[in-house]
Amino acid sequence: MTKEERLKKRHQAEKRFRFYGLTSIFVALLFVVILVQNIFSKGSSAFKKTVITTEIFFDQELLEIQNGASEEDIMEADFYDLMIENLIKAYPAKDRDEEDELLRLFSGDAEIEIKKAFLKDNNLIGKTITLDLTASDDIDQLHKGNYPRDLPEERRRISDFQLVIYDYFVENKKISKNFNNYFFNNGDSRDPELAGIGGALVGSFYSILICLLLAFPVAVLASIYLEEFAPKNKITDFIEININNLAAVPSIVYGLLALQILLSTIQLPRSTPLVAGITLALMTLPRIIIPCRASLKAVPPSIREGALAVGASKFQSVFHHVVPLALPGTLSGTIIGLAQALGETAPLILIGMVAFVVDIPSSPVDPSSSLPVQVYLWSESAERGFVEKTSATIMMLLTFLIVMNFVAVYLRQKFEKRWN
Amino acid sequence: MNIVLIFLISIFSVSLFFYGKSKTKTISIKDNIKLNALPKFYGYYLVLWCSIPALVFLLVWSLFEPTIIKSIIIETAANQGAVFNDKNEANLIYEKIKAIHLGTYFGDIDSILKESALAYAKFINLFTNSKVVLIFGIIIASVVYSLKKIRNNNKARDDVEVILKGLLFVSSLIAILTTLGIIFSLLFESIKFFSVINIFDYLFGTNWSPQRAFVRDASSITAAEYEELKDAFGFIPLIAGTSFIAFIAMLVAVPVGLFSGIYMAEYASTKVRRVSKPIIEILAGIPTVVYGFFAALTVGPFFRQVGENLGLTVSSESALAAGLIMGIMIIPYVSSLSDDVINSVPQSLRDGSYAVGATKSETIKQVVIPAALPGIIGSVLLAVSRAIGETMIVVMAAGLAANLTINPLESTTTITTQIVMILVGDQEFDSPKTQSAFALGLTLFIATLVLNYIAQRAVKKYREKYD
Repeated sequence: MTKEERLKKRHQAEKRFRFYGLTSIFVALLFVVILVQNIFSKGSSAFKKTVITTEIFFDQELLEIQNGASEEDIMEADFYDLMIENLIKAYPAKDRDEEDELLRLFSGDAEIEIKKAFLKDNNLIGKTITLDLTASDDIDQLHKGNYPRDLPEERRRISDFQLVIYDYFVENKKISKNFNNYFFNNGDSRDPELAGIGGALVGSFYSILICLLLAFPVAVLASIYLEEFAPKNKITDFIEININNLAAVPSIVYGLLALQILLSTIQLPRSTPLVAGITLALMTLPRIIIPCRASLKAVPPSIREGALAVGASKFQSVFHHVVPLALPGTLSGTIIGLAQALGETAPLILIGMVAFVVDIPSSPVDPSSSLPVQVYLWSESAERGFVEKTSATIMMLLTFLIVMNFVAVYLRQKFEKRWN
Repeated sequence: MNIVLIFLISIFSVSLFFYGKSKTKTISIKDNIKLNALPKFYGYYLVLWCSIPALVFLLVWSLFEPTIIKSIIIETAANQGAVFNDKNEANLIYEKIKAIHLGTYFGDIDSILKESALAYAKFINLFTNSKVVLIFGIIIASVVYSLKKIRNNNKARDDVEVILKGLLFVSSLIAILTTLGIIFSLLFESIKFFSVINIFDYLFGTNWSPQRAFVRDASSITAAEYEELKDAFGFIPLIAGTSFIAFIAMLVAVPVGLFSGIYMAEYASTKVRRVSKPIIEILAGIPTVVYGFFAALTVGPFFRQVGENLGLTVSSESALAAGLIMGIMIIPYVSSLSDDVINSVPQSLRDGSYAVGATKSETIKQVVIPAALPGIIGSVLLAVSRAIGETMIVVMAAGLAANLTINPLESTTTITTQIVMILVGDQEFDSPKTQSAFALGLTLFIATLVLNYIAQRAVKKYREKYD
């Protein structure tokens, strides 16, 4: 091999090596794009729901209440017969079986939706109004194009006759898509068309709030002690080793800790944001202490010395001068720690947040779910409608995380002083 | 009740602050003495003395009250003639008594339950009353003590700072308390587990099927039952499955992460670096449940489809899908750590290599990487410990049955999956099945601790070398 050939070979090796590096970065970036695209394409349709425009005639004989009835009377009145009477008029069905199939195109909440319309205006007796009633999950998925209609009938959840009705609705422009308020306002449900993340949102909010209230002050005080006051001795070393180790303990171990200490020993109520918040706080604590200490360390000693020189005590120099300067870094570290806590699932499963909770929690001691646990729960469900709901929940979760991270970066870049 | 108490304590504290501040001011003016600190420090001094002892007492009391009341009530119920064979039944009776007291119990109430419920109400009352009395006693005592101190014109700033410093120290102790809490809660149940199952049968057993363990009373297990039990708690399939999935994950994460790290440290312009580094780190910020969803609903079925087309049987919960997705999650851990490590290799080493005519890639391969090797190994070990402790991806995308297999297309299970599967839903207390989850947790805790220790040592040693 001549010198030129060898050199050429070496340069080719150089190019190959560079190419590997570039490919690796490209692969990683590609995956981010694929993941986000996949979730968004599956989930974006969940923010709309399919509704069937139906004419409702409020028949006094069926309702047995008067115009201007009080709210209590309306709540007690039986709207079921009225609903049936009106819904079967939506399509000229021939017999009882056909009527049943027609009724199954509407969600289980049709009766309540009619009742709500009457609650809004209690002078509707004897009148006819048009209402947008939520369609069943099957129709919803069909209308959004997520459901293949060319399967043989026995493998479809929608019968041929229901398809005929659906086409009739489409032809008469009775079917349309509205904003899905149920997705944001409702709690969990067995029916995908009625299931929402309202409960999970509130549960997550309470958990993160408790986590913040517990973890932030303790983390800040602990980092101030370790950076500013701790003597260099065995105890301090031990605390530091502990903090570093805790940051690397798998999150599920914190779930076991919570199960044994918080639920079994102290007997706090299961499945509640209170327990979730405490568990997440224990887990987040070391993850906040590490950036807090870094930002305290970044404040130059001249600041401390200046304060001490004019007669401030050690405490005054720290709390009046060092801590305010370290605050942007501290806050951004806290927000990033909270963002991790918001996405944490495994410890919450162990403390029983997987319970099926329909009601939206009104306090941190009510059983509840949380956003990531809701993702886990729905992803185990077989119904097609839940795939869309799960993806949409992930979109909400990712949005929160992105916002939190942006706030953290913004705080650091805008307010942090550079010392050099 | 507790909220009312905390509210009262804060009101007392706030009013004491203003009292202390104005009182010392008037004293100093009236008696014409020089105060040893600013008046507000006397206020702070009173606040700390008024609130801290009372709050600490309240916290400790609330921690122990439920357990004490429970044991008293179970004992009274037993004295009344209630029959229960084990802890589960005792718990059930206690829950019933509590529900009767709250008025939410709708079953039959016999005389034993009724008497116990009355006793429960009595004890609750007694405990609450004594709590309130004791708290007020503590507040009065500490306020009297601190008022005496400030009348004597103490050095309030110094005293406040000593108390605050103690507070700071206690905050930093919470990390130690958490570690102790983890160790004790894991050990406590694990010891119970290992008193039933021999530790060697656990460590070297090759069969894991805890659902077979339905022995209710752990204290009286016959030899035949033990043979059955011993076969249900074999750790080998779990560690095999965990290592296997972690291995697949590392096959993805190490090359991709390492090459990205090298490229970012050695080749990329600042502009490329500034954009690509945060985007890769997004991968570490995505919640693992999202990866789990993606692996279970998209990647798993996709692999099975591809396998079908190629004539292979691929399980839809294959180790390959779970490992691949886990590997992608871990990429940023490897890439940013190795990026840092490579960046801290001194420039002089590179310059020396260029000077003798090496190309950039030759320098990296033969000089930079060998120099950075301990650090790189450390970062890979940290990533491995991340992989074996990862839960949601494997819970959602890997299998539940413990197969001993090295075929990546079959399903296999992991330690974390089994912990979740055992503890999700209703647990029977005191059964070896529930305790086994804690034994698994302890194993996992020790494994990650050892890995982290070695990794941190490696990185630290390496840093010291070039500092």
